[in-house]
Amino acid sequence: MNRVLSSRLAALILSAAAFCTFSSPLLADPSKPGGATTTEFQDVNAFSQPATNLSLDGRMNFSIGNSFFRNPWIAAPATTTARDGLGPLFNTNSCQGCHIKDGRGHPPLPGQAQAVSTLIRLSIPETQERPRGAAEGVVPEPTYGDQLQDFSIAGVEPEARIHWDYEFSQVELSTGSSVSLRKPLIELSHLAYGPMHPDVMLSPRVAPAMIGLGLLEAIPEEEILANADPDDQDGDGISGRPNMVWDSIEEQVVLGRFGWKASKPDVKQQTAAAFFGDIGITSSLSSQQSCMPAQTSCIEAPNGGSPELSDELLDFVTFYSQHLAVPARPDHSNTEIVAGEQVFHEVGCASCHTPKWQTGTGASAALSNQTIYPYTDLLLHDMGEGLADHRPDFEASGTEWRTPPLWGLGSYKIVNGHTQLLHDGRARTPLEAILWHGGEAEASKNNVIQLSEDRLTHLLTFLDSL
Amino acid sequence: MIKANFWQFSFALLLTIKSASALAVPTDEELAAVGERYLALAHASFSAAQIESKVLQQAVYEFLDAPTEENLTKAKMAWSEARKPYAEIEAFRFGNLPIDDWEPQLNAWPLDEGFIDYVDQSQYFYELGNPVGQANLIANTRLSFGPQELDLSELTPDLLASLNELGGTEANVATGWHAIEFLLWGQDLNGTNPGAGNRPVTDFALIETDCTNGNCDRRREYLKATTDLLVADMQVGVDFWDADIESNYHKEFVALPAREQLRRILFGVGSLSLGELAGERMKVALYANSPEDEHDCFSDNTHTTLLHDQIGIANVLNGRSDFVDELDQGISVMELLDQQDPALARDLQNALQHTTEIIGRISQSADAGIAFDQLIAPGNAEGAAMIQQAIDALVAQTRLIEAAATALGLSSLAANTEGHF
Repeated sequence: MNRVLSSRLAALILSAAAFCTFSSPLLADPSKPGGATTTEFQDVNAFSQPATNLSLDGRMNFSIGNSFFRNPWIAAPATTTARDGLGPLFNTNSCQGCHIKDGRGHPPLPGQAQAVSTLIRLSIPETQERPRGAAEGVVPEPTYGDQLQDFSIAGVEPEARIHWDYEFSQVELSTGSSVSLRKPLIELSHLAYGPMHPDVMLSPRVAPAMIGLGLLEAIPEEEILANADPDDQDGDGISGRPNMVWDSIEEQVVLGRFGWKASKPDVKQQTAAAFFGDIGITSSLSSQQSCMPAQTSCIEAPNGGSPELSDELLDFVTFYSQHLAVPARPDHSNTEIVAGEQVFHEVGCASCHTPKWQTGTGASAALSNQTIYPYTDLLLHDMGEGLADHRPDFEASGTEWRTPPLWGLGSYKIVNGHTQLLHDGRARTPLEAILWHGGEAEASKNNVIQLSEDRLTHLLTFLDSL
Repeated sequence: MIKANFWQFSFALLLTIKSASALAVPTDEELAAVGERYLALAHASFSAAQIESKVLQQAVYEFLDAPTEENLTKAKMAWSEARKPYAEIEAFRFGNLPIDDWEPQLNAWPLDEGFIDYVDQSQYFYELGNPVGQANLIANTRLSFGPQELDLSELTPDLLASLNELGGTEANVATGWHAIEFLLWGQDLNGTNPGAGNRPVTDFALIETDCTNGNCDRRREYLKATTDLLVADMQVGVDFWDADIESNYHKEFVALPAREQLRRILFGVGSLSLGELAGERMKVALYANSPEDEHDCFSDNTHTTLLHDQIGIANVLNGRSDFVDELDQGISVMELLDQQDPALARDLQNALQHTTEIIGRISQSADAGIAFDQLIAPGNAEGAAMIQQAIDALVAQTRLIEAAATALGLSSLAANTEGHF
C-alpha cells in the first residue's frame, strides 16, 4: 500500500467514525483527570479554561458567566444596573476576588486590613428555645448572622475587624526531620453592632478552587451514597457520612456536595449563597438583604433591584462555575509518580480520597459520562480535634469535614503562587496538610510519619503531579 | 478468526457508507492545502500588524520628544490605526494554544487603571481583593504588598511585564494595547455619555513646572517602556508563524493531522465569532449597560476593534486580507467548501458580508458621534437593538461555520481530548 493510499484509507476510517456513534465507554485515562473536559493549559491560566469538549454555544455562555464572575460589583444605585447592589455588608466585590485566578484564596497577609479571600462563619449552638429550622444548616449568631462581613458600603459600618495570628507546633517524622505546623488564632475587634452571643462558634474558611465542579455535581447520588459507611460496619476505621442538606429549589432534604462541610447540594445554590453571603448580592434564591434585625443602616441602605442578580445572570455564572476545566497530568506515568501513587494507596489516603468516578448525566453533555479522577468521596469524615471547628452544619458535626478533591493540587503553586491548604489555609505544604489529619485519618497520617525518606518523597511527588 | 471476519465486515460496511455518501469528505491533501494557506495568511497578517505597531512606536517617540497636542493626536491616531490589523489577527488566537497564551501580555482587559496611574477615585471601581488596585506604578518607585517589596525605580519593559497580574489579580494589567490606550487617553469619565478619556497633554510635560498630575518623567518612561514591549511582543507573534524558524508553532501546526489543522482553523473563527464577540464583548456589555465592559473604553474605539475582529474572521475563511499581498499558497477554506457544497459556501459568504455590514453600522454610529458606550446606555432602545442585531448576525454566522465544519468532514469543533481525532 503506498503512502497516499494509506493516508486516504486512514481518512476514510476516521470520517466514517465521525458518522457512527460507538456506545462503548471511552477508556479511562489518568492523564485527563477531568475526562474530555480536561485542559492542556499548565500555566497561570490552568484553572481558567472552559471544558475542552464544550460546544461553541457553551463557550459563549461560559464567556458571559466569566465576565460576571470576574468584574467587580458596585454599590447601588449606579448606571450599570446589572452590576450594582454590592453589600451593604460584604467580604469582597467580585467572585474572582476570593477565587483568585479561579483558584484558591489565602489567609490574610501580614498587615492586610481585610481578610477578603478568607471569611469567618458564625453560628450559635442549637437550643430548645432556638432550634435549627429544616432549611437551616446552622442557627445564625443573633446579631451578626452566619457570616462575618468586614467590608461595607458608605454609610454602613463593617461588622468587625479580624486579627489573624498563628500558634506553632512541631511534628517529628521517623526520618528524624521535623515539620513545623501552624494553627490560626483569630480575634475579632471593633464589633460594630454590639457584643456577640457568648456561645458564638467561629469557623474560618478559605475560598476553594473552582475547577471540575460540574463534574462533581454529575456523579450519581446513589454512587456516592454507596460508599457511605456511617457506622463503620466494615470496621476499617473510616465512616464516611453523607451530609443531608436543604435543597431550596426542590424544597426537600438531599445529599450535600459543595462547601467545606458539604452543606450545599449543587453549584447553582452554592453560587447564589456566595453571591449573597460574600458580595451581598440578592437573587431569587436569597431574596432578602443579608442584614440582621439590629443592623438598621444595612436595612435602610439602597439596593440594586429585587433581586439584584437576575435568574438569567445567576444561570450564566452557574454555567461558568460548572465548566471550568481540570488541568491535564502529562507526567502521570513517570516512575516516581507511579511509585508515589502506590504509597498513596498503601498508607490509606485513597480510603477517602477516592481516585476515580464515572459521571452520569451532568448539567451539559460536556460533563456527562466522563471518567474523572477527583480524589474525593464527597463524604464527611471525623478529622479529629486538631482540625475541628466545633461548628456543626446540617448533619456535619464540629469535627467532620468533607473530603476535598485533590485534582489540581500540583497547579496551585503555579496558579496561586502558594500551597496553603485545608479549610483555613493553615497548612503551607501538602505534607503539613497530611500531618493535620486526625480522627478517622489518624492511622493514615501515622503511616505517613513512618515512611522512609524515599517513599515520602514519592508520595509528595505524586501529590504534586495532580 | 471470528474477530478478523468481523473487522473485514466492518471495513466493508465503512466503504459502503463512504461510497453511498453523496458528498465525500475532502482528502487529506485538500485539507493540507487549506492549512498551507492559513499558515501563509497568519505569517503575513502578523507581520502586517507588527509593522503598524512600529508606526505607533514611532509616533509615541515623536510625541515624547515633543509632547504637543498635535503629536498626542498623532500618537492616538497611530494607536487606532495599529488596532485594525491587530484586531484582524485575533481570528488566529483561539484554538492555537501558544497564541492564546501569548495574547494577555498584549491585549489583557479590563484593567484596574489605578494600578498604573492616578485616577478619579469617585469613578474608579476596582477589585477589592486586588491588593494593588491603587498601586499607581507611575507615582511610586517602591511597591510593597504582603511580604513582597518591589523596586520600581526603573520602568523597563521587563519590569512591567513581570507586574502583569500582580498578586494574582487579572485586572492588574501593566502592559499591552490597553495600558498604552489608558496612557494616551486617560480615564473615560463620561460614563455612557458622549466623550472618551481626556488626558491633558501636560501629563507628559518635559519641564517639571509644566507637569500636570505629577510624575511626568515617570509617565513618559512608562509609555516608552510599554510601547517598546508591545513591538517586541508583536515580533514574538510573527515568529510563531515563521516557516524559516527551526522550532516554533508553524512547525507544530504543519505536523498536525490535516483534519486537526482544519478543526483549529474553524474553532478559532467560531470562538471569536460566538464566545468572544457575541458573548463577552457585546452581550455582556448589553446586559450590564456598563462602559467598564467596553473593550477599548478609554479611546471609545471599541467599534473599530469589533469591525476588524469580524473582518479577521472573514479573512481566515477567505484566505486573504487587505493588509496582505495576494497569497498563492494552498487554497482557502471557502474555496474548498465551494467544491464540497457550493450552496453552503454561498450562504456562509453572504453571512460574513451581512455581519460585517451590521457591525459596520455600529462603526458608522461611532463616526457620527454615538459611540459604543452610548449605544449600551440604559434606556437606549435603538442602541440596544443595533447591538442585538450584531449579536444575532454573529450567531447565525457561527451556525454556518459549524455547518461548514460538518460538510468538510469534522464531527465536532470542540477539541477531542482523546487525541487529535
